[in-house]
Amino acid sequence: MLIAAVVVYPAVALSRASLSRYSITGLRQGSVGAANYARLLEQEALPTVVANTVLWVAAIVLVTVGVSLGLAQLLNEDFPGRRLVRWALIVPWAASVIVTSKLFVWIYDYYFGLLNHALLSLRLVAAPVDWLGNDATVMPAMIAVGIYVSLPFTTYVLLAGLSAIPGEVYEAARVDGASAWRAYRSVTLPLLRPALLVAVVLNVIYIFNSFPIVWTLNDRNPGFAHDTMITYMYKIAFKSSLRDIGLAAALGVVNVLVILLAVVLYLRTTSWREAEA
Amino acid sequence: MSAARSGRRAARRVALAAAGLALALIVLAPYAVMVCTALKPEAELRMTPPRLTPIAWRPANVLEVLRDPSFQGWLYASLVVALTSTLIVVLAATPAAYYTARHRFPGRSAFLLVVLVTQMFSPTALVVGLYRQFFDLGLVDTYAALILTNAAFNLAFAIWILRAFFASIPREIEEAAAVDGCGRVRTLVQVVLPLSLPAIVTAVIFAFIAAWNEYIVALTLMADPARKPLTVGITAYVTAYVQHWNHLFAASVIAIVPVVVLFATIERHLVGGLTAGSVK
Repeated sequence: MLIAAVVVYPAVALSRASLSRYSITGLRQGSVGAANYARLLEQEALPTVVANTVLWVAAIVLVTVGVSLGLAQLLNEDFPGRRLVRWALIVPWAASVIVTSKLFVWIYDYYFGLLNHALLSLRLVAAPVDWLGNDATVMPAMIAVGIYVSLPFTTYVLLAGLSAIPGEVYEAARVDGASAWRAYRSVTLPLLRPALLVAVVLNVIYIFNSFPIVWTLNDRNPGFAHDTMITYMYKIAFKSSLRDIGLAAALGVVNVLVILLAVVLYLRTTSWREAEA
Repeated sequence: MSAARSGRRAARRVALAAAGLALALIVLAPYAVMVCTALKPEAELRMTPPRLTPIAWRPANVLEVLRDPSFQGWLYASLVVALTSTLIVVLAATPAAYYTARHRFPGRSAFLLVVLVTQMFSPTALVVGLYRQFFDLGLVDTYAALILTNAAFNLAFAIWILRAFFASIPREIEEAAAVDGCGRVRTLVQVVLPLSLPAIVTAVIFAFIAAWNEYIVALTLMADPARKPLTVGITAYVTAYVQHWNHLFAASVIAIVPVVVLFATIERHLVGGLTAGSVK
């Protein structure tokens, strides 16, 4: 059984790796060498798209992990109705992101959306805001949705980490005279590090790779001014006048390298030692 | 215990419950909009100022969607794809994760790196290659294409999560089982797997939800409208030409309910933390 596992999984992984290689070499059939990469660098939209992507990932991951730490701490406490709160938190996670994205298109709607109605009623804005049509608001609006859909998963990962910490550790800390804050910093956070690691790495990957939110909420806007590297790539390949699969594949390779670099750096800084396992 | 102290504890519980309630309301607010919109008649969709709740509640929207043959096709596709790919993921990921967590073998680090890298590969980056691959195999527009793709994409994640959990199970437990005369397979089945039920359940949930909610591969691979899964299919209710927001959200509610129910029934396994009491 164990041997089978060792044989089966690499086979699957290998076939997947070969798939990915196929996608790239297969697309570059004419053997144009590095020409696609050279053309990629010439694309006018590229700097904007890269900046968008950095903002998109950094803002969502930072806010999500920060807020989720608090939410996980809250849900780790025992209080009446805790189970209901957990169930509520499940909903945005369980719902498909494309559905949630459509929902927010409706909520953000200029004329019929409830967000503008609510803000006008509360006198927080003087006139309706065209959230998804205005260059200044569309990215924050999309980031808000990104945070919203990332929170449940992140909170649950951290919650699982918290609940895996045995109560005896806290008792020991209390016996040693540690304050609540000191116990949190010296006991909880270090023990939570594996969970935090998983949460951050997976969120970076997911959010970088996220497609439906930007695809749906940015639907109305022409050009690439609010695209991330992922939606930009898809548009190049399938939707824009370019329809340039070689160019898109080049960007796809860049995308993978970027995220590979990010994860390697992260694993370094958190001194992830695989030998511990 | 003094009265003052128990009073403080009660106040703390009330504050926590209030915070929890506020959190739940904030989290659910958008979906309240969804449900209410799903129950509005067509004429109420374009009202200014907009209302949250319908004036005339119209549950018939849900029935209309359920009776829609297109919707039935999408639902069937989603069920087939999600269930089958989840099964494949669990059967493949559990032994692989256990083996890498417990044993050193040549290329183990490389193997784990491959797991990470394959997971990082964006479905979007692969989607054209996948399309060509399945085209060559004659599998475009088949459930098999989606099942295989979903299983492959979710496998890495399941291994990643399970491996971390297996690694956290103290070796002493298995050694104790060995001392008690358990073989390796028996140790795995009777000791390790029950202990790691929360992690396996977590992996199942992730795999199922990921497959159920997968969008971009289905968008690209499935051209036949009758075979599209729900995520892609239901967007046909709102396009540049027709804007049946009420039907879109009625369908969305139906699509979301099974996953939420599944979650709710197994939620307590998620954070079981079964290891806490195992080592004294």
